Amino acid sequence: MRVGEAGHWGQDIRSDLHVAVEPRDRGGVYITLMSRVKTYYGDLIRGQAEQVLDVLGVKHAQVTIHDEGALPFVISARIETAVKRAGLGDGQRALPQKLALPDASARDRLRRSRLYIPGSEPKYFINAGLHGPDGIILDLEDSVHPAEKDAARILVRNALRAVDFGACERMVRINQLPLALEDLDEIIPESPDLVLIPKVERPEQVIEATQRIQQIKTKHKLNRDVWLMPILESALGIENAYKIASVSAQIAALTIGLEDYTADLGVGKTTTGAESLFARQRLVNAARAAGVQANDSVFGDVGDMEGLKQWGLNSRALGFEGMGCIHPLQISVIHQAFAPSPAEIQKALKIVAAFDEAQQKGLGVVSLGSKMVDPPVVQRALKLVARAQAMGLGPKDAQKN
Amino acid sequence: MKEKVELAMNAARRMVPALVNGRPQIPYIGVGKYQPGGRKAAPPVRTTANYPDDGDKRVPDLETALRKCGLRDGIVISSHHHLRDGDSVALMALETAARMGVNDLVWFPSASFPSQKGAIDLMESGVIHHIEGSMNGPLGDYCTQGKMRGMGVLRSHGGRWQAIQDGEVHIDVAIIAAPTADPFGNADGSHGKSACGSLGFALADSTYADHVIVVTDNLVPFPCIPWQVQGNNVDYVVQVDSIGDPAKIVSGTTQITRSPDRLRIAEFVARFLRDAGIMRNGFSFQAGAGGIALAFVAYLKDMMKEAGVKARFVRGGSTKYLVELVQEGLTDYILDGQTFDLDAVKSIAQDPRHVATSPFTSYNYHGKGNFASMVDAVVLGATEVDVNFNGNVVTHSDGRLLHGIGGWQNCLAAGCTILAVPSFRDRIPVIVDEVTTLTGPGELIDVVVTERCIAINPRRRDLMDAVKGSSLPIRPIQDIKAEVERICGGKPAKPKLGGRPVAVVKWVDGTVLDTVWQVA
Repeated sequence: MRVGEAGHWGQDIRSDLHVAVEPRDRGGVYITLMSRVKTYYGDLIRGQAEQVLDVLGVKHAQVTIHDEGALPFVISARIETAVKRAGLGDGQRALPQKLALPDASARDRLRRSRLYIPGSEPKYFINAGLHGPDGIILDLEDSVHPAEKDAARILVRNALRAVDFGACERMVRINQLPLALEDLDEIIPESPDLVLIPKVERPEQVIEATQRIQQIKTKHKLNRDVWLMPILESALGIENAYKIASVSAQIAALTIGLEDYTADLGVGKTTTGAESLFARQRLVNAARAAGVQANDSVFGDVGDMEGLKQWGLNSRALGFEGMGCIHPLQISVIHQAFAPSPAEIQKALKIVAAFDEAQQKGLGVVSLGSKMVDPPVVQRALKLVARAQAMGLGPKDAQKN
Repeated sequence: MKEKVELAMNAARRMVPALVNGRPQIPYIGVGKYQPGGRKAAPPVRTTANYPDDGDKRVPDLETALRKCGLRDGIVISSHHHLRDGDSVALMALETAARMGVNDLVWFPSASFPSQKGAIDLMESGVIHHIEGSMNGPLGDYCTQGKMRGMGVLRSHGGRWQAIQDGEVHIDVAIIAAPTADPFGNADGSHGKSACGSLGFALADSTYADHVIVVTDNLVPFPCIPWQVQGNNVDYVVQVDSIGDPAKIVSGTTQITRSPDRLRIAEFVARFLRDAGIMRNGFSFQAGAGGIALAFVAYLKDMMKEAGVKARFVRGGSTKYLVELVQEGLTDYILDGQTFDLDAVKSIAQDPRHVATSPFTSYNYHGKGNFASMVDAVVLGATEVDVNFNGNVVTHSDGRLLHGIGGWQNCLAAGCTILAVPSFRDRIPVIVDEVTTLTGPGELIDVVVTERCIAINPRRRDLMDAVKGSSLPIRPIQDIKAEVERICGGKPAKPKLGGRPVAVVKWVDGTVLDTVWQVA
């Protein structure tokens, strides 16, 4: 029989634990617990471990736990992973207590910033929501080592149940197909708001994912929307951008992965993004044509706030509605970059007021002073005011100019 | 040691020993209640007839100096922590005393550091009887495990001055590590290869000790300019190759934290000071060198610039971030208690607006006032704070010694005392029902800022009113506690503390505030 191990321990490890499960033929379950917080939570941890092992049907095993102050949802996940790696607990899930689901997210909600968090690093989960990104991505793909996919999947599933992410949209980036199917089996029952599908080149990839999601939702009697955000990361993906964007009504946005895209082109990635200008414009156009949002890639240099700001401003000017971030410090810079300027808000408010006045008077033509305002301009102003309101920017901010 | 210790309940409802190391104690009776009597202590009168006319007080080595100071069993030897973890003078002196064959010394450091863990061997071999001063790391564990023969006495920086001045602690020999000194004993901390900035912690000892030895690795001809320690108080000067490891004296790398949670706390603190109207022209604040404190200064600096506000003085724990404030005209002065990085050491040596202070001017409670109560706002850390705003800074939640008190207790006198703390660390909630070891009474702690939200002490109606209408997340402290207990999966179990006192926590007036109990 093999020993199943999961998680991490050591002096520099925080909010995680290591579990070793050694199956036995008889003698019951014997738990050895070492914990940084044993004085305070030793009894609770032991009780939780016994309960999780019971749910997973483990009858005889030596279980050794080194805990570094992990929260309960992490403890359950690590034990479950270790049990499964030991070849036990097949098909069983040890689900932590579930928080009330937040309101479902709207397809066109504000998505200025989406914060990537490695799905294998529980210490980043718990306070991520405090920093106020529009979305939090629990990542199962590139930030997770291939040998840790099973562990991250269970951890992310538990986080979706047990962690309060506040007003943030709860997103998961799954792996490429076919590994993605196992990811979906684990996470879809916990109703993530949005799933990012990486390295999409053809519409069929999206179809395969949506079919699996629908099967799981039917099986679990779920009717809450799970929006999709395909990530285009190759020349072929960009060429097929419109076909991909319009293949499913569940798609809420398109985004681009510039590391892989520039690698595919065989060019270097610069901070001005000249090499990806075509791809990004193509993506914006395809997204607009399909009626979905266009979201930009991430800006990789966490130390360069000025570069990030410039990238964000440029990105907004190209027609993107948001971008990814890899550190919470990037969030406020991105929100500022994607916010309409006070002058823009003020101008839009004037146009909207003129529009309202025209409506009241039953006039077909909207005019501001001596100038006529074209209908598309009115539409853009209405949209900008709505967006500004969603960002918490009102007339007060407009006057601050 | 199994003797029965008599305990009494103090005004904070804490059980405290009536006798500590043979001296009767006064249990804490409340903030501002204890009225001292009597006169200050004083060293014996000396005559210049017994000191060389040419002012040359050099002796060949520490052994000679200690012998001439009358080293014998059971005396009190003091040292200071202005060289922080880089200090090698204190252990050098204690080990010299060990070689000279004495026993049962009391070591009275202003603070001890992990690099001084060699003191454990000296306690094991009987050379040191006990330590009266902050203990952490290996020394803290040694004390909390009940292995020290005497009882530890933890005092604030101001409390240490008070104890020396009031005669509670009589120093037989003070050992002062000096980055620069002259043969007369004038000493300065801002110059030399081991420069550390202020020598303020050593000033009480230089004034009140029976004997004073200055140890330097940078001897200059008389006069040593400027001097912080006056040679007129000094008996002997010893020249050594090195008084410490410069890399550990000033880190040179005190950097603002990049932890988003800590930055969030720091930003909340700065916004609170702004929104409560404390940040205004002519105000003052104190900040230490922790990651949150540095970051808070950076945020406040931007807000001061934006609002066109200038401080009259800032107090530190000085770092390059405070130095920038004075250089950019955002404060008139830095009143410096301790100098943490190279920029600050350079500044204190060169800039007349950057002034070294001492625990006497800043913190001593038994004086005619002190600076601490004149500061508008102070930002401090804590290991625990309870729902009544009482703070613990000396022990872990499980009762093991963690930090010295430092200036923490003294700073509570500020106009607005802010504890900037994460709401939990490694699943251990920071906001609790009752602190394990009481270090600061809740009536002096006004605001608790965490990464989740801010709690204002209900006693401070004025602060609550001042921030009405602010966008800051302000909630009752019980709410934060309940939320964190939910996240952590329940209330933490109470640690089981032993029944034997191993150290006491003194309040700023010398009364006993709480007891540190033996931990198995």
